[in-house]
Amino acid sequence: MNDFPLFPRQASTIAVDIDRIYIALVLLCGLTALAIVVTIIVLAFKYRRSAVGAYSPEVSAPFWLEYIWTTVPFFIFMGIFFWGAWVYFRAYRVPEDATDVYAVGKQWMWKFQHEGGQSEINDLHVPVGRPIRMIMASEDVIHSFFIPEFRIHRDVIPSRYSFVWFQATKAGKYHLFCSQYCGTDHSKMIGTVYAMEPEDYQNWLSGGVKGSATEEGEKLFQSLACITCHTGDSSGRGPVLAGLFGTTVMLSDGQRVKADENYLRESILNSTAKVVAGFQPIMPNFQGQVDEQKLIYLIAYIKAMKAPDLNPGAGQQTPTGRGSANPLVTVPKEPGQPGTNSAGGSMTTVPAASPPPATPARTSTASPGSPQE
Amino acid sequence: MTTTTVHDNLIPPSERAEPGPSYLSDGHTVASWLLTKDHKRIAILYLVSITFMFMLGGFFAFMMRLELLTPQGDLLTSDTYNKFFTMHGLIMVFFFLIPSIPATLGNFLLPLMIGAKDLAFPRINLLSWYLYIIGAGFGLFVVLFGGVDTGWTFYTPFSTQYSNTWVIPITLAAFIVGFSSILTGLNFVVTTHKMRAPGMTWFRLPLFVWSMYATSLVMMLATPVLGITLMLLIIERTLRVGIFDPALGGDPILFQHMFWFYSHPAVYIMILPGMGVISEVIAAFSRKRIYGYRFVAFSSLAIAFLGFLVWAHHLLVAGISIYSAMIFSFLSFLVAIPSAVKVFNWTATLYRGSISLDTPMLYALGFLGFFLVGGLTGLFLAALGLDVHVHDTYFVIAHFHYIMVGGAVMAYFAGLHFWWPKISGRLYPEFWGRLAAMVTFVGFNLTFFPQFVLGYLGMPRRYHAYVPEFQVLNVMSTAGATVLGVGYALPLFYLLWSLKYGKIAGKNPWEAVGLEWETSSPPPTQNFTETPVVTWEAYQRNLPEVLIERG
Repeated sequence: MNDFPLFPRQASTIAVDIDRIYIALVLLCGLTALAIVVTIIVLAFKYRRSAVGAYSPEVSAPFWLEYIWTTVPFFIFMGIFFWGAWVYFRAYRVPEDATDVYAVGKQWMWKFQHEGGQSEINDLHVPVGRPIRMIMASEDVIHSFFIPEFRIHRDVIPSRYSFVWFQATKAGKYHLFCSQYCGTDHSKMIGTVYAMEPEDYQNWLSGGVKGSATEEGEKLFQSLACITCHTGDSSGRGPVLAGLFGTTVMLSDGQRVKADENYLRESILNSTAKVVAGFQPIMPNFQGQVDEQKLIYLIAYIKAMKAPDLNPGAGQQTPTGRGSANPLVTVPKEPGQPGTNSAGGSMTTVPAASPPPATPARTSTASPGSPQE
Repeated sequence: MTTTTVHDNLIPPSERAEPGPSYLSDGHTVASWLLTKDHKRIAILYLVSITFMFMLGGFFAFMMRLELLTPQGDLLTSDTYNKFFTMHGLIMVFFFLIPSIPATLGNFLLPLMIGAKDLAFPRINLLSWYLYIIGAGFGLFVVLFGGVDTGWTFYTPFSTQYSNTWVIPITLAAFIVGFSSILTGLNFVVTTHKMRAPGMTWFRLPLFVWSMYATSLVMMLATPVLGITLMLLIIERTLRVGIFDPALGGDPILFQHMFWFYSHPAVYIMILPGMGVISEVIAAFSRKRIYGYRFVAFSSLAIAFLGFLVWAHHLLVAGISIYSAMIFSFLSFLVAIPSAVKVFNWTATLYRGSISLDTPMLYALGFLGFFLVGGLTGLFLAALGLDVHVHDTYFVIAHFHYIMVGGAVMAYFAGLHFWWPKISGRLYPEFWGRLAAMVTFVGFNLTFFPQFVLGYLGMPRRYHAYVPEFQVLNVMSTAGATVLGVGYALPLFYLLWSLKYGKIAGKNPWEAVGLEWETSSPPPTQNFTETPVVTWEAYQRNLPEVLIERG
């Protein structure tokens, strides 16, 4: 980098688009401003009092000028508006094949959880050339996830997940800033993003991992006794969770909601807020018992539960694309083997007491030694 | 002589008859000031109060800039820095910018400009000032006894749960001072409707009055929402009722919606009066009627109206849906149009004028430059995709300082210099005035222009320490702030000096048009010896022999 840069490096797919608007606007607005300033200076000089005398003639104003300088800016503004909106859509519309990484912001640090089990503090390792979706929540106040070189930015809010995605294009180290004021050490809430070539990333992934997020989630699922009601078959007191993620759920008040991360989160922490049709509001609230980290594990586990083909009538869920488009790192292997779990098998012992329709399908992914490319 | 706007000026001050007791000489006791119901004296009370607050807010700003000379946070502690930017914002917004032009120049001039003896409710006017003082008292208490660190935006749940500072006194301060601005707005609206002199039709009103009217509407309609929001914040913080804090079942984004529903229109409370001042100054120093008078007048109302519909552009990265983001982006572009119309009309006014670059005009032209940059960079922020990158960075800081400091404060100084002879009866030294205007212009650009670049590079706002690659631009900015400080300090000295030593101004030193220039300087307590009857259009020159028909 030179000593006096005017632009941050372009290190994501979206960076080019955003820089293009920026440069276009700098040119457009710069020239407009220059034209007006020059006009003002010329007029102020030409019609200076010492040159034109103490009195100015009344000038009859051509009325059409007003319409021109009202409508011309309008059309120019609309052009910028549509361009900006188009880029915004791209910046926030997540590609189907994105890899999920969980982030938790807290005063004054960033915690990251990869579904394969790696967790990091203030460092985030991501591969180049693959879309990454950040699923982010805050443990305390509002933070904001901002990587200038990627031109992405999203507030991280307590009580709900927010999402942002990016695809790094250049390997390197980048700053991750918290850009929403969050208290004393706001300005020290700076992380480092390591964008790595795919091979390096694989090497990094295979280093020292305890257990995948789904494995941790499975343990919690049992230790918190979720399993006693969500037995996994339709006779349980709680709805079947296998295959739930990404589907549309009918609630007892007749509304329909999409079972996304925020729905799962709310249903765990504040279960009576949205009760599934046909079930009693008997589930205890886990607010205060499950912190953000555990929540990530649980949600990763629930997302990984696959709907069994044998039992399609259970619940109201209809599988949709999103449910399967939520891959862990073994994405390419997924489509070939839906519903079964031959790839890893580390989760086959799931609910010891119940017949397992809730067999998690994609769990083994990044545990050491699992098949990876 | 057919142009009588000038003739009074031809009489040397020494030969002029005593203009009767001016409002300044009408009582010299402390009580005659503190219990006055004269809008002009109340304007002076405000002027003194907000000048003090401006210096206090400026002190905090300067300490911040000093801290940012080096990347390490080595001058102040993090907590102190956080308190300083919070108090800088709170004081400048609530105790300086919002009352600045309306409560001083507006208070002083609105009745004069429409030919009235006073505002419609003189007692309420005095009450507004006392409310301001009570609010400011709470604010000063907070400043003296440890400060507050929430940021002027009070975002929840930080402000309701996590901040360990004087949140409640400072929110009470803003709550109370809000009533001051509601009452001022009410007073101005009623005055404009009911107290215009005979013949002063709506389209004969000076544009300053139009902009005051638009501002007053916003003050009355938006400020109560702030009051409600702050009250809810206080309730949540004290009684732990879940409104905004998710841990209690509240919604933190709700706070942002409610806060910006006031605070975005508040930006227009700050800039609209400035636009009114600029219209007056440009008309006076070009000796011309403002080009497109009706368009300029209605654009004020359009800004006031559209200003209510753009608040959620502050939440574009907070997780609002992409569709509502689109709507708010669209509306934000729309609100830029009436502002553009004003700039074009001001520029066109210069055409075939008789232009002199006296101090107020220099400030006004500086305003045009700043407002251009501030307005155009607003387009950057309204463009959704681009906002994703520059949101909450120094780009935003630079943008709104160009509007609120470059724009509103330049206009305030333009107006102060323009009407100073009317207010004080004295002329300030022109050389020093021009010098101050130019120093301010240079200092301001040097302070804030580098911040656009800093923002695009990604320096987040409210950072006490920063990564070393941002240092060069920060040093430039701090250097500029030093120059800017000199520019702002100069008028304090020469204006005060002029009170005693300045040349007697006479009725109309600029040969401007407007009822306020038809009465003596400083005006008598009753403003006009006889009620004026208006028979001419706004800014109309080459007036008939008899200006004011004796009513």
